[in-house]
Amino acid sequence: MQNNNSYIKKDLPLDLRNLGFTLFVGGIILGVITFFLDETRAIFNYLLSFVFIVSIVVGCLFLVALEYVAGADWSTPIRRVSEFISSFIPLLVIIVIPLLFTMHDLFHWTHEEAVESDKILQGKSPYLNTEFFIIRTVLFLVIWNLFYFLIIRNSRKQDKTGDQSLTKKNIIYSAIFIPMFAITITFFSIDWMMSLEPHWFSTIFGVYFFAGSVVGALAAVTLATVLLKEKGYLHPKMVDDHYYSLGALLFAFINFWGYIAFSQYLLIWYANLPEETFWFLARWEGGWIFMSIFLIIIHFVVPYSLLLSQQAKMNPKRLKFVSVWILFAHLIDLYWLIMPQMHSEKSGYFYTILEFAFPIAAIGGLILVFFFNSKKQNLVPVGDPKLDRGLNFRL
Amino acid sequence: MNRSDKKYGIAALFNSPDDIIQAAKKVTEEGYTKYDVHTPYPVHGMDKAMSLKPSKLGFITLVFGLAGAAIALLFMFWAMSIYYPMIIGGKPFFALPAFIPVTFEVTVLLATLSTVIGMITFFFKYPDQKHPLHDTEYMKKVSVDKFGVCIEVDDPLFNEEKITELFKGLNSESIQTIFHPVEEKQTVLEPKFLGFLAAVAIVVSFGTYVALNKILYTVPFNWMMEQPRVDVQSKSEFFTDGFGMRTPVEGSVARGFIPYEYKGMNEPTVPLSNPLKPTKEVFELGKKKYLSFCSPCHGNYGDGDSRLGENFPKPPSLHSAKAREWKDGNLYHIIVNGQNVMPSYETQLTRDERWAIVYHIRALQKAKNATEQEIQLVKKESVENAK
Repeated sequence: MQNNNSYIKKDLPLDLRNLGFTLFVGGIILGVITFFLDETRAIFNYLLSFVFIVSIVVGCLFLVALEYVAGADWSTPIRRVSEFISSFIPLLVIIVIPLLFTMHDLFHWTHEEAVESDKILQGKSPYLNTEFFIIRTVLFLVIWNLFYFLIIRNSRKQDKTGDQSLTKKNIIYSAIFIPMFAITITFFSIDWMMSLEPHWFSTIFGVYFFAGSVVGALAAVTLATVLLKEKGYLHPKMVDDHYYSLGALLFAFINFWGYIAFSQYLLIWYANLPEETFWFLARWEGGWIFMSIFLIIIHFVVPYSLLLSQQAKMNPKRLKFVSVWILFAHLIDLYWLIMPQMHSEKSGYFYTILEFAFPIAAIGGLILVFFFNSKKQNLVPVGDPKLDRGLNFRL
Repeated sequence: MNRSDKKYGIAALFNSPDDIIQAAKKVTEEGYTKYDVHTPYPVHGMDKAMSLKPSKLGFITLVFGLAGAAIALLFMFWAMSIYYPMIIGGKPFFALPAFIPVTFEVTVLLATLSTVIGMITFFFKYPDQKHPLHDTEYMKKVSVDKFGVCIEVDDPLFNEEKITELFKGLNSESIQTIFHPVEEKQTVLEPKFLGFLAAVAIVVSFGTYVALNKILYTVPFNWMMEQPRVDVQSKSEFFTDGFGMRTPVEGSVARGFIPYEYKGMNEPTVPLSNPLKPTKEVFELGKKKYLSFCSPCHGNYGDGDSRLGENFPKPPSLHSAKAREWKDGNLYHIIVNGQNVMPSYETQLTRDERWAIVYHIRALQKAKNATEQEIQLVKKESVENAK
């Protein structure tokens, strides 16, 4: 138990709160300006930021659940980082509301006159209709919130009581959560992104979003861990070997993303069916072709090369750079998925500095949530029975 | 194994992974370089305790992985785009997405194989099977439940007493000196072994012979030979005419063959026009075929001056007004059907060759009956071309 005592909680600096606040407020102001300049664009950007946040915070809850189910101990000292990021989940209930009111601008299938003259949309209407869509969204939010409260509450209780049975309970909750996560994240991506183009379908789309989501979540956790460790907010006994595991997971999921993205492309390209190819064709026309190629490079080729060697996966500086890079790439990935469906951008695209308004607000919001959560809680789960082993983890 | 009195090194055994980590750290701190640690399973943190540099094996993997990718891509590029270009599924000759799975597989294959082979040859020094630690009590123990460290005599700091003291200070369970084994000559070519090889060869070849020539012709392996099928050139009781081989249905047209609709008629009702374009290649083909098949009777320039002399009736000149007024289709008709004593050339010449010959005849007729103006024009052109 002496290891646990060597951790002394330090409060995060107020500068971080100020930074988060500035980004959040600045992003919101810019977003409102965007709304008056170009309403549709602002709504699509808001959707982009919403999906970006969901992918990261729900992905982080998945990482927490994964640790419990796999019985991993290397990640126990840094589990709080994922927990703090995933504490955005209750706020999703609030930020989804504007989207439910602007559904008519986002989704083609909400236009009744369009559905009437369209056989395909009529066939899909038992699934794609406004009422069922809202019911599903509420269901996803309820499931995520439920498991968030169940898992995180036990984890926090353990700090005070040190009760080992809480870990056992969390293992059961996590084991239930992971299949639920797989289902909800699949249908979430189908509802909120794939149905932007209601005529198109891809059975691998959910896996694609899952891969991107875990990559984004891992990058966020890695970035926060490296920054906190550098400033000495985490346990002093943590060593580079912990970084190695994060780097290796990041590397693995970048590969996984590339594999899934290519699988989706290869099958559609090879079968060459018009009802599937037009989705890629829209991303291969006008200026989008550069973005499609750019995406392969920044989301796969560059991070792959940067993380290939063993030393690179342990190098905090390299990891910091790569995780910022990947977060940006993940945003671009979602941008590439969502924005071509905006009707004003069907042929080619242009973007302004205002494009970053809502993502900036999203990052500010994540920082604020992280800051306020860390105020009341330890940054290391001091009561966790696996902490000792986790700290002694060596390659 | 017999041991000589030449020392290999001093080895110490420990009871727990923590002890061996401490021992490795201490030995490294003391400055020893030629030593190794042996454990029954991978002990985490050992790389750092021994201050090992990262393995060089990764470079072999990288180089061969890249080589695999390059070989696969280049080979598919050569085969599918250059040597035997084939359109598959409407995709381009160099269909990169379709090549990526194969490239990936070959990359992984070469990378893994080279890693394993590189590890066995460079790091395990494969053909050399006689490490001094083999068949020692020490090795037997560290393969089961003990953790050992062994410092070699070759180490520049080697000092037996000092090392023994060091190990004792680390609470080693037992310390032992390990000797080199007695040099033994490898005796691969002894008569017993050669005899064994010969016996194996005889048994294998006899067995193969029996299996392929006897066993395969007995029940149940011969079942596939007795099939209710009709062999080539054999009788059939199924068909009323008794032939096993069937002729094609009436009206069948062979692939790539275009039937001539006026075949056997005296005159074509509507003479066909020449389907070929008057290119240089067509004219060359026509000239070649004309010289081979037509010139023996019609003469090199179509004058009807047969090379066969009086042995065969001379054909009329191709430059007669009648022949010049014939349409292309009429000339073609004669080549296919023959005329008077001229036989049909349908089997000797393909459709394209016949039409090329028609062009050549037209060229001969033009040359023979050219106007002065046209001759001047050709001369002028050839002078200009020469310049």
